[in-house]
Amino acid sequence: MNLVDDILIILPEITLVSLTCIVLLVDVARKNITLTCCVAILALLATLGQLFAFFPKEPNLVFFETFISDPVGSYLKIFVCVSSIVALIYGHHAYQKYKTNSSEFFLLALFAVIGMLFLISASNLLTVYLGLELLSLSLYAMVAMDKNSNLAAEAAMKYFVLGALASGVLLFGMSMLYGASGSLALESIGTNASVGDGKEVVQIFGLVFILVAIGFKLGVVPFHMWVPDVYQGARTPVTLFLSAAPKIAAFAMAFRLLATGLADFSKDWILMLIVLAVSSLALGNIVAIAQINYKRMLAYSTIAHMGFLVIGLVSASSGGYAASIFYVSVYSLMGMAAFAALILLPNGEAASIDRFKGLAKNNPLFSFFILILMFSMAGIPPFAGFWAKWFVLKEVIATGYLWLAVFAVFCSLIGAFYYLRIIKFMYFDEPNKDNSDSVSNSAASVLFNLNCLTILLLGLFPGLLMAFCTRMILISGF
Amino acid sequence: MNFDFPILSFMIWFPVLGGIYIATQKRTSGNIKIEALSIAIICFISSLLALVYFDNNSANMQFVERYSWIPVFNIEYLLGVDGISLPLIILTTFTTILVICAGWSVISERPHLYMGSFLVLEGIMIGVFAALDAALFYVFWEAMLIPMFLIIGIWGGQNRVYATIKFFLYTLLGSLLMLVALLYLYGETGVFSIESMHNAQLDMIEQKLIFLAFLLAFAVKVPMWPVHTWLPDAHVEAPTGGSVILAAIMLKMGGYGFIRLSLPIVPDAASYFTIPMVVLSLIAIVYIGFVALVQTDMKKLIAYSSISHMGFVTLGFFTVFWVQSSTDNWNDAVLGIEGAMVQMISHGFISGALFLCVGFLYDRLHTRNINDYGGVAEPMPYFASFMMLFAMANAGLPGTSGFVGEFLVILTVFKANFWIAFLAALTLILGAAYTLWMYKRVVFGPVILQPVKELADLSSREMLILSVLALMVLLVGLWPAPLIDMMHPSINSLVEHLSRSKL
Repeated sequence: MNLVDDILIILPEITLVSLTCIVLLVDVARKNITLTCCVAILALLATLGQLFAFFPKEPNLVFFETFISDPVGSYLKIFVCVSSIVALIYGHHAYQKYKTNSSEFFLLALFAVIGMLFLISASNLLTVYLGLELLSLSLYAMVAMDKNSNLAAEAAMKYFVLGALASGVLLFGMSMLYGASGSLALESIGTNASVGDGKEVVQIFGLVFILVAIGFKLGVVPFHMWVPDVYQGARTPVTLFLSAAPKIAAFAMAFRLLATGLADFSKDWILMLIVLAVSSLALGNIVAIAQINYKRMLAYSTIAHMGFLVIGLVSASSGGYAASIFYVSVYSLMGMAAFAALILLPNGEAASIDRFKGLAKNNPLFSFFILILMFSMAGIPPFAGFWAKWFVLKEVIATGYLWLAVFAVFCSLIGAFYYLRIIKFMYFDEPNKDNSDSVSNSAASVLFNLNCLTILLLGLFPGLLMAFCTRMILISGF
Repeated sequence: MNFDFPILSFMIWFPVLGGIYIATQKRTSGNIKIEALSIAIICFISSLLALVYFDNNSANMQFVERYSWIPVFNIEYLLGVDGISLPLIILTTFTTILVICAGWSVISERPHLYMGSFLVLEGIMIGVFAALDAALFYVFWEAMLIPMFLIIGIWGGQNRVYATIKFFLYTLLGSLLMLVALLYLYGETGVFSIESMHNAQLDMIEQKLIFLAFLLAFAVKVPMWPVHTWLPDAHVEAPTGGSVILAAIMLKMGGYGFIRLSLPIVPDAASYFTIPMVVLSLIAIVYIGFVALVQTDMKKLIAYSSISHMGFVTLGFFTVFWVQSSTDNWNDAVLGIEGAMVQMISHGFISGALFLCVGFLYDRLHTRNINDYGGVAEPMPYFASFMMLFAMANAGLPGTSGFVGEFLVILTVFKANFWIAFLAALTLILGAAYTLWMYKRVVFGPVILQPVKELADLSSREMLILSVLALMVLLVGLWPAPLIDMMHPSINSLVEHLSRSKL
């Protein structure tokens, strides 16, 4: 392949990087969040257009096999871009409401997106690490952006220290894999070992360290400690951003490292993933019940959802990967909408779940959409969240882990309680005195409605997206 | 007979969309009740139309609609009815009209949402009875919880939040294991069509596990002892309409699930578990009957009586294999299932009617406590006579629909084992005791309390509702033949399927 072809394949990333620089200049010239937000969204739209235009039909390795462009990757990138655009629009609404001129948010988001795109396409340990660090550093800065809040400072500190630790662990693991296999390419890191060889032990150690880092980035138990604090401490638009696109990227990282790189070790990492999944499902769902802070509750709910996502990987089959991709797509839609609901609530800024009290009295449509969202998160049909769980459970049962499926459904039963509580607040309780405002009409509220309608429509007609996920996985060669 | 109009889809989606439309109307709009009622009536007429075009002599699924829904998993949008599901669908459309009439002037808080929820619920419930694809069935089965959750939670009584969350989680607990079982069956057969699942080859251990998973789902719904505890709470707290729908239709879904999924998919396990199932049914019939005797809350009493009566349904279903082995004749087994089906339909009318009676009293005095009444017959003679009929029907008086089902079931059980039949028949006395004792305390005697003296008798709207129900109770009681004829071919083919072991 010549250089022009290589560059064409990486064109969306190049476009985004150069457009981000323009956004940076615009932001320096005019400190105006609306302008910055619009330009940033345009940049993402341009990237999105190119991702569609150059959608690959088969896997392509370029730039000395450090960068892979395959249908799965492009699908995940498209989802990252779409959910980032949605998150930026919500974020714009939030910052306008807070009357803070935090235009850096949009810039950092763009840098994070660049990191995610590279991470998704990484086919070499170095690209994995570079993409991950670009993503993480932007996220640390975003969490720390709220200068006047102690909670945010604590969250950022915690996130940074633990994140840096995870990065260190990841590097350590990578160095072991490199030492054992003599290669940095994901294709070959897992293949050089022969059973009983001393190298195999080193590789398994490397695998463990890499799984720890993946667990940290996904936020699964026991590497979840940062999730509740960061979700609570960061400002809501930041949390919103954090809960959607980076989860897709973290999933992509797990997927690339495990399914491509360490596929030969699948019997080892399947066991470890089962432990992660079981503990995340149990802890996430049970602890969420005790939360009275909405953001903290959603943080634990995220942990539980990530547990479900990991179950999809446990199957280690193309069906399981497709199920996970479907799950993460649906989850990013639900996660964003859940935080957007908090941003759009008419009264105050606090994150207490009390704010939902009596919402249905004055905002019937808004609360109906939150109802859809909560039932979808709880996995009740006919909403998208149900099919995501269905898909994962079907695969895990097909693989033979019946007990895991039973455990997972019981955990989602426990989980249903705290979602129901939000609905209870909205529909069954009387509003507080200051809860009588209605939600103002804005681009963000329209987007929220669309977001929830998508969840409903995906619930009624999940077939297309499922078929698409399955096909992407198959033609990408898994 | 050729009938091309997709009548089942129409009966499902017309009320669902209509209900959503009504729920989005302005709450002050005066037309919503008329609109809701006309939607319900149109739906009822279409179900009657389906009845007219229904071929009584065929055991096949009729009015079948088949489209691919989620092709990756072979999930289809597959609808159809046979003699087992059609009566239940008609019961649903019929009861919804009554419920909407019953809430006509009583519901002042968010009436548009109330009417809308019931219509959506109606569509979903018809969906459960009409779905022939397991995935579709499951979607309707769980989606049904959403409107009911709102109905109990918004318009319920004092303790409604506790009751509705208990109801939701309890039912969800049951159905989640069913989900796992269905996914497992899919793994075995590669399709979700219920008819193909009927023919799935399963070994005994698989059958037992699947049976238990189904059992939990359906036992919670029926409800069977000991997973019945959500029912009294839900009934007591639900608004009258909610109680009626719960008792008349939702409980039937458990029974329907048993004969649509449990028995045909895992017949050998069902045969294996005959004794435990019969024991559970008897506990429900006898023990819960005693529990009903001591209730002081009218709604709670009827709720417990529902559990007791549903015990006959499960008894009828699960003695099939026993009867067969002791008489060597499958025809007796058919009779038992038919009795249980008639019992389901009849219980739909009777319990609905009794809850409506209690609801009418509650609308007037705002108490359900038996001791707050006494001598109601004096100010409300018409009410007293209607309630008399329903109480008698509940006690299983010959000539009312309550008698037919119980009699058929006891007759069949008698062929299996004398003592079980004896115990079950004993509850006819027990049923008469708690129903009539309640009736005596509420309706007869001297009027002691001042508020009771000032009670107004039934309005013409209430009179109409109760007359229609009384008519149905008597009709099914005096002339059950058309109903049984309609079910006969389907139940025959079901029993024939059961007679072939899968092992």
